[in-house]
Amino acid sequence: MVKYIIKRAVSLIPTLIGITLISFFVIHLAPGKPTDVDTSMNPKVTYEARIRLEKLYGLDKPIHVQYLEWLKRFVRFDFGRSYMDDRPVSEKIAERIPITLGINFSAIILTLFIGIPLGVISAVKRGKLPDKLATIFVFIGFSAPEFWLALLLMNLFCITLGWLPVSGIASLDFESFNILGKITDVAWHLVLPVAISTFGSLAVISRYMRTEMVGILAQDYIRTARAKGLNENTIIYKHALKNALLPVITILGLAVPGLIGGSVIFESIFAIPGMGRLFYESVMARDYPVIMGVLSIGAVLTLLGNFLADIAYSYADPRIRITKEEAL
Amino acid sequence: MRELIKNRFALIALIFILAMIAFALLAPVIARYNPESTDSRSVLTAPSKDHIFGTDRLGRDIFSRIVYGSRISLSIGFIAVGIAVLIGIFFGSIAGYYGGRIDSVLMRFVDLMLCFPTIFLILAVIALLEPSITNIMVVIGATSWMGIARLVRAAILTLKERDYVAASKVMGAHDAWIILRHLIPNAIGPVLVSATLGVGGAILIESALSFLGIGVQPPTPSWGNILMDGKSTLGVAWWLTIYPGLFILFTVLSYNILGEALRDYLEPRLKK
Repeated sequence: MVKYIIKRAVSLIPTLIGITLISFFVIHLAPGKPTDVDTSMNPKVTYEARIRLEKLYGLDKPIHVQYLEWLKRFVRFDFGRSYMDDRPVSEKIAERIPITLGINFSAIILTLFIGIPLGVISAVKRGKLPDKLATIFVFIGFSAPEFWLALLLMNLFCITLGWLPVSGIASLDFESFNILGKITDVAWHLVLPVAISTFGSLAVISRYMRTEMVGILAQDYIRTARAKGLNENTIIYKHALKNALLPVITILGLAVPGLIGGSVIFESIFAIPGMGRLFYESVMARDYPVIMGVLSIGAVLTLLGNFLADIAYSYADPRIRITKEEAL
Repeated sequence: MRELIKNRFALIALIFILAMIAFALLAPVIARYNPESTDSRSVLTAPSKDHIFGTDRLGRDIFSRIVYGSRISLSIGFIAVGIAVLIGIFFGSIAGYYGGRIDSVLMRFVDLMLCFPTIFLILAVIALLEPSITNIMVVIGATSWMGIARLVRAAILTLKERDYVAASKVMGAHDAWIILRHLIPNAIGPVLVSATLGVGGAILIESALSFLGIGVQPPTPSWGNILMDGKSTLGVAWWLTIYPGLFILFTVLSYNILGEALRDYLEPRLKK
């Protein structure tokens, strides 16, 4: 197992290098320079000043030199400084990551708790009313524009009914609360974002569970269990579910980029100061170091998510471990 | 019977999809007003006989804007998916057919692209270029081909071992001929499912981009930006936000239901 983990980790290195290459070149293929924001919009800036700015940011060097210099700093988690406020990019990202991950983590947990039972019910009652209702429910979540749902629910719960706070992650008088009050306050602010995020990702888990369960329920050992006269619930929850649950781990790993990407929308609409909003703001301002930093950190998080899912899956299912060890 | 009910969903979805396409094609006939013409005498009027979906803050007829917007939103969906399908088939068939080092390099690249949250890549590229309709189509297409490439590769890996491929090779057929004539047509099923689901996805992405202000630019109507126009007046004029949102929801839902039904049809293992 340890050998497998090490091998698997080593095989990530080329992908990591690829991530840095893409993050770097996507930004640099686009026309316009970061100094444009400071300069061309401001007629008072002279040509000399612009050259000086470009030198300062290293933009006058050939692109491969820029990349290598950026890579050298990247491995030490030094992404340079933001063009906007001159703060270190790593610091800006570090203060935003916990918020985004916290929201996404809560959404994943909720998705599992709701999506797995829904999928199981769909599979067991296949073609009957519960299956159809569950299917329509998760499909609507999957098909509705998230920001539209957010707008409508925000209007209903926050403005018309006044039950939930409108935006942000904490109240204005946050500092005056005790520790319990602070936790409740943040949780209260995140009810709507987490709920909508969960609604949107239910389909992936529940449809997957449904397919898995349907496949497993048709297998011989289930028929044997039935022939032995086992109780139907024992068959479904003890024999079938256990086997269907394993591959969900991989699906979770695959869901990471979607969730991180979705945070751009949520954080914008609910004014949550997370990584998604940081990315959006930096893209709008052409703040290159921040864009490259968030883009590569986002991809690295995904890679990490897939890696962990893969390890967990191999640990849980020895059949997979052996075939994969042979493949490496 | 079960089959029939399942298909009834798919049938409704298909009818809705066709109706929307007819909507887009016949826009000038269906819409009573010019989608971009303003009317200061009827600003933010509620749905009525004259304006069945009401008007916006410039007095534009919402129904006409949605009808014309369907042209933009649907073309983005179709063309973006078309681009993704072409790129996916290209890489997938080369990787599957040649195998070996070419395959592992291409598949590594696919894994790599899958690591990036799609919306991050799209945002970066669109905002750094400019948010034109063409750019939006190309960028959505260029960031959503990876799944299709994997499907095509997997299908071709098994297909290329078949006897008829060997026969064709013996007769002196070129690789390109074998791939285009014998392999791709037989691998098209899963691609069709993925493309159907992809149209819905692309429409959603366009609306999300409009929400962020870098989608289709006004005054050209797209479903996403009509919806966004209504954001600031949601409290007083709900019709601006509800109607375009419902059109997006039902269209995307229809593509997803149809895609799912196609999958069931093509993979009888799950049907039974």
